Amino acid sequence: MAQHNPAVPTQHSPHLAHHFDTLEQQYDAANAGMWLFLATEIMLFGALFVAYAVYRFVYPETFFEASRHLAIPAESPWYLRSVFLGTINTTVLLVSSLTMALAVHAAQTGKRNRLVWLLLATMVLGTVFLGIKGLEYFLKYEEHLIPGPNFIFEQANRNQAQLFFLLYFIGTGLHAVHMVIGLGLLAYLVFQSRKGRFTPEWFTPVEMGGLYWHFVDVVWVFLFPLFYLIGLHE
Amino acid sequence: MSSISTPRPQDNFYHDEKYGFRPWLKSWLLTTDHKRIGILYMFAINFFFAIGGLLATGIRAELVTPAADMVNSEVYNRIFTSHGIIMIFFFLIPSIPATLGNFLIPLMIGAKDLAFPKLNLLSWYIFMLAGFFALYTLFTGGIDTGWTFYTPYSTTYANTGVIPMGIAIFIAGFSSILTGLNFIVTIHKMRAPGMTWFRMPLFVWSHYATSLIQVLGTPVLAMTVILLALERIFRIGIFDPQLGGDPVLFQHLFWFYSHPAVYIMLLPGMAIISELITCFSRKRIFGYKFVAFSSLAIAIFGFLVWGHHMFTSSQSVFAGMVFSLISFVVAVPSAIKVFNWTATMYKGRIYYEAPMLYALGFLGLFIIGGLTGLFLAATAMDVHLHDTYFVVAHFHYIMVGGTLMAYIGGLHFWWPKITGRMYSEIWGRISALVVFAGFNLAFFPQFILGQLGMPRRYSSYPEEFQIYHVLSSAGSSILAIGYALPVVYLLLSLKFGPKAPSNPWGATGLEWTTTSPPPTHNFDKTPVVTEEAYSYNPQDPGIFRAQGKW
Ligand SMILES: [Cu+2]
Repeated sequence: MAQHNPAVPTQHSPHLAHHFDTLEQQYDAANAGMWLFLATEIMLFGALFVAYAVYRFVYPETFFEASRHLAIPAESPWYLRSVFLGTINTTVLLVSSLTMALAVHAAQTGKRNRLVWLLLATMVLGTVFLGIKGLEYFLKYEEHLIPGPNFIFEQANRNQAQLFFLLYFIGTGLHAVHMVIGLGLLAYLVFQSRKGRFTPEWFTPVEMGGLYWHFVDVVWVFLFPLFYLIGLHE
Repeated sequence: MSSISTPRPQDNFYHDEKYGFRPWLKSWLLTTDHKRIGILYMFAINFFFAIGGLLATGIRAELVTPAADMVNSEVYNRIFTSHGIIMIFFFLIPSIPATLGNFLIPLMIGAKDLAFPKLNLLSWYIFMLAGFFALYTLFTGGIDTGWTFYTPYSTTYANTGVIPMGIAIFIAGFSSILTGLNFIVTIHKMRAPGMTWFRMPLFVWSHYATSLIQVLGTPVLAMTVILLALERIFRIGIFDPQLGGDPVLFQHLFWFYSHPAVYIMLLPGMAIISELITCFSRKRIFGYKFVAFSSLAIAIFGFLVWGHHMFTSSQSVFAGMVFSLISFVVAVPSAIKVFNWTATMYKGRIYYEAPMLYALGFLGLFIIGGLTGLFLAATAMDVHLHDTYFVVAHFHYIMVGGTLMAYIGGLHFWWPKITGRMYSEIWGRISALVVFAGFNLAFFPQFILGQLGMPRRYSSYPEEFQIYHVLSSAGSSILAIGYALPVVYLLLSLKFGPKAPSNPWGATGLEWTTTSPPPTHNFDKTPVVTEEAYSYNPQDPGIFRAQGKW
């Protein structure tokens, strides 16, 4: 067998995979892998943001109109306006990041019940976000703002506005897909923590799930102003 | 050794007759051993190389005569497109990292496995799924957009399998990302005691740089393919100017990945060459840190030069100048490597074993490929040479003359370690010479063709070009023989080759301290490293000369 670090008395931990020497090394590897994965995610969304920036630069008037129309559709009551729904959603997500961070802390301090409840709270908030997002999509559908043959936009060039809404749907849709995956991960974590799999010595999956969840939140923090807020200053 | 004692690891590593076929199959398809996964990749990748090679044969056969007489131009478009896509995305990009890199990196740094063994297996399955979509595309009419998928042709006009091939490339990207991610974490976290960064073999450094590109570049291609598919399926203008899109944006996004992808293909080749040259010169590498950091420099600068593919595509003159300048700069770290390899050989004790012949072939061909790249990086020159056979010849010198030479050389070098058998040295040398000769005959005439104005991607051409095309096709026949030879004698060596010792070349490096093939956990005891890589002694030849009928 390989050398073990005598300072870390975890040789026989059931969580230690055969090819690692210590739990610490195993945790470091998982952590580094997660951060690298998030780097690839940044590059994925980055390409989309580049496309958005280019077209915003090329078609500034249309993008202004389209963004304004997305955020404050004509004749909508205030509670159905995207800017309102989006603000609510931003709050929901930021609070869910808080509950997630507290969940990681609960895992670290070995409070099993608290961990389960905080993970569940995070899942509820994530579901609320997706529900509101779905409502927004439905309203866009009713307004004929889904890109495709039924797309109608009269305030500016149709094709250019369609491009804006396409980027909006790819960006928020890809984000929603990430949320759904995140909810799946959270469900797995709830299941595992109820069985008491996580201890203050080993809670790597909780921490990795947290990193992922925070990342998905940060993506929204960029999507929200890009699509909703830039048309609002006038 | 009596028959009841535990068999040595190399006796039962790859096949266990006493357990039957199904456990054997399971032991391969569900393995998390990086060595076996490397071999699984080797089968897949060599298969795709054979397909890509067959398609190349189709191209060269058509071009023997000036008229488009063997196939019409529509079929011809499909042949060269499929050749390019298969060779780039399904052979060259995964080739060295997924096979030799997978097999060797944990061994070289003294680890038991990669950091994420299951992820490693998953990446193979993802690759196979992608390969399935690629083959599906080939057998349902192919694709005719050119491997670059330029819009709006690919989104609006092409009526071939753009979507299934797009899916194939999208999926293959994930396997590439997972491999790169696994390597980076492994190199950071799994090194044996005493294996400091500057004691690592340069093979590992170069793969580290490669992995950075795989991890950071591939997602951009993924998003580009998504956008392309959306435009093609829903007719929404992202790239088609008729619909309000910008076709040059596609080229920017595509080349942002695809230029660095050239270094995904080339850096692992350089990784192998550093090992071969030092071993067969019996000298420590000249300027270790320069070679190590030049890999990183190539990876970083490689991300800043994509615009040199667009000097003629309405990119601004100023942007063109900047991209041209940085393209010249990226030649510097490549040149550093070539100079250092040459300096390593100087006053070394050189053995002309087959892997070394491949390495020397790499040097010659890579120098030509690299220097002609500078012609193309010069904006004024590029206007004349853009999209001609000069470009075709240039990148074949880099990818085939560089990466493929290194891959085959590395395959010979580590063949005894991987299989536990020695291949036929004399046939190895013959194949290296045949490949070198055939390659030059196949591709050097294409520089002249391009310079005379023959555009790429045409099935017919004026008669005065025929002599060069005939030479090129003749050369590619020789090249094909050169590639067929190793298939024969390497496979025969599995049965008839003499058993390989642990270290047939007298090479340094941890992979040579364990048995051939290594046991499942690589080392009986975790090695402790106490000296730099490449502590060769010119006085000590120590090359294993296989005895017997071979
Ligand atoms: Cu390039």
